[in-house]
Amino acid sequence: MAGPRVGLLVTCLVDFIRPSVGFAAVKLLEDAGCTVVVPRQACCGQPAFNSGDRASARAIAEQVIAAFAPCDFVVTPSGSCGGMLRVHYPELFQGDPHWQARAEAFAAKSYELTSFLVEVLGVTHSVARYHGTVTYHDACSGLRELGVKAQPRRLLATVEGLRLAEMADADVCCGFGGTFCVKYPEISNAIVGKKTANVVASGAGTLLAGDLGCLMNIAGKLAREGSSVEVRHVVEVLAGMTDAAAIAAPARRRPKAAE
Amino acid sequence: MTGAAPSPQFKRRAQAALADAELQRALRIVEVNFIARRSEAVERLPEFEALRDAARDIKNHTLTHLDLYLEEYERRVTEQGGQVHYAVTAEDARQIILDICRRLRANIATKGKTMVGEEIGLNEFLANFAVTPVETDLGEYIVQLRHEQPSHIIAPAVHLTKAQIAADFRRAHRHLPPERDLAEPEALLSEARAVLREKFLAADIGITGANFLVAETGTAIIVTNEGNGDLTQTLPKAHIVLASIEKLVPTLEDAAQLLRVLARSATGQEMAVYTTLATGPRRADDPDGPAEYHVVILDNGRSAMLGSPLRDMLRCIRCGACLNHCPVYHAVGGHAYGSVYPGPMGAVLTPSLIGIDKAAELPNASTFCGRCEDVCPVRIPLPRLMRFWREREFEQHLSPAGVRAGLRTWAFFAKRPRLYGLATGIAAPVLALIGRWRGRFRWLPLAGGWTRHRDFPSPQGATFQARWKRR
Repeated sequence: MAGPRVGLLVTCLVDFIRPSVGFAAVKLLEDAGCTVVVPRQACCGQPAFNSGDRASARAIAEQVIAAFAPCDFVVTPSGSCGGMLRVHYPELFQGDPHWQARAEAFAAKSYELTSFLVEVLGVTHSVARYHGTVTYHDACSGLRELGVKAQPRRLLATVEGLRLAEMADADVCCGFGGTFCVKYPEISNAIVGKKTANVVASGAGTLLAGDLGCLMNIAGKLAREGSSVEVRHVVEVLAGMTDAAAIAAPARRRPKAAE
Repeated sequence: MTGAAPSPQFKRRAQAALADAELQRALRIVEVNFIARRSEAVERLPEFEALRDAARDIKNHTLTHLDLYLEEYERRVTEQGGQVHYAVTAEDARQIILDICRRLRANIATKGKTMVGEEIGLNEFLANFAVTPVETDLGEYIVQLRHEQPSHIIAPAVHLTKAQIAADFRRAHRHLPPERDLAEPEALLSEARAVLREKFLAADIGITGANFLVAETGTAIIVTNEGNGDLTQTLPKAHIVLASIEKLVPTLEDAAQLLRVLARSATGQEMAVYTTLATGPRRADDPDGPAEYHVVILDNGRSAMLGSPLRDMLRCIRCGACLNHCPVYHAVGGHAYGSVYPGPMGAVLTPSLIGIDKAAELPNASTFCGRCEDVCPVRIPLPRLMRFWREREFEQHLSPAGVRAGLRTWAFFAKRPRLYGLATGIAAPVLALIGRWRGRFRWLPLAGGWTRHRDFPSPQGATFQARWKRR
């Protein structure tokens, strides 16, 4: 029996910076019985939406909704893009007789990846192995707009060899904030400095999170500080696909936690 | 509002704040203590979330019928021998207060903490007309000594360390022995008390704000932790309550509900130490109280918010929880915002009061992490309202040219996925070729803000979509 047809919204950052996260997402979805399709896509429109350019955000959203129309579900390895699809698309089209219903239906079938696995597909176990201690950063949009907190931890708990060491203030912003880190780099830097201090203090060898934007920010800061903490998207670990160099890590170094 | 136009200076002030080691030390109190106390208080009260809903509903109901409740409130105050004055603008409010001071030949006005007083620049104004304002809240007293604005709506001097305050006291209180011990906060408090006691007795007028104006009874409620508000409003000849229109609540019962979320959200206390109700001037059989009782109700742009999405902001009860939980506030403190209302609530309210053209940076100074909305006792959707202002800023072409150009270029491609795929399909492998070996860039053109502090991770090579096609 064919599983649900899932459209992967891979996110512009994963598409450009870290395709391995996209393939890890595909693996997790296919392992759970889904048929994965990848409609042509650019971005969910969040940068325009948060910059006050509502017209561009709408134009992009209309296009995304149309591109994913044939899919039973839309799944994305990002709480931030997931929040855009689930929470903000309906807001964008509020009161629009033509688009409101479509946006709401689209929102209802859109999910952040780990919540989709746990809550919709009922996945309870990861078959992956990862030897090492990890700490998990709760990216803001996923946490507060979508309630992503327990889902990734529940799956991580079943990864063989993995130990989770919670850091202080795991649920506090890393200072990325999309365009914020460009508009106010100094403030962003001060905020991410507190995050990296907590990461290091946790004693974990690896930092995981569910949003590549935050991960790039934290990884970039850790790298600049000369830290040896590896940074990965949580789905890489859940899919057992940790062969690629960690985020901001040199290509030649073999990931130490991989087998 | 007092001071220079706040917003264009935000970035510069923020940078200075980040470099100020003493300020950074002081701000830890907010980031650590305030958050921990609120969360403990919330945990002790299982119905807290339901109370937040109730608080939101009370405020929404009041705003829907604000005209009726204002009339009812005025009627009750008048019945009790008080007088209600409506001030459309800050200027109106200042003039009304000055007129009362002049008629009573007032030289000294003691003040309880009032953010609306800060909003209308009352102290500076009164001082220009030979009425000496004396702040009696400890924090306000300290910032007054320093000729500063409060940096936090409930903790005006939270940007200062104990040592700085002790130095200010030694400078200001020359009549006291210089070798006195001011190491403990209690010593500072009792010194301020002793100094202020004389002012209380000398004051001709007492000016307070109000946390709530109760329509049912014509009562103004203030909450304080020092009791200074009680002396401010009972000792002088006249008591002036200065409050904005959204402080109205229908009944005492409603006020009691809101009080249950106010102190818990603000300081983590179940109740503030003093909750003081003032209803009219001294009656014949009262042992004390003012001979005159005035309420100045300020609009200053608020009624225009009623018919817009900004109406949600008028639910605000000024608890400061959004400041306390804001990573940007933790990083730069309140003065960087340049507005008497800093942090997330200020980023929404300030543009409403002075115009988005003068405050456009403030709603941008947020990562949209959503923690403010998460803790707001009246559930104000602060990020959404900051976004509302960013939309007005964009529409009015107020955002910086560089930002607009970048956004336009990006949007051009983002709206054309095929073209976007072509462009990123070329750019990603090229960047990867340069950066993959090290895994990161220490410098990238157009990304100087990022790479000044952080490395930029290198792409892995071909884009996901290019690889997917080959799969």
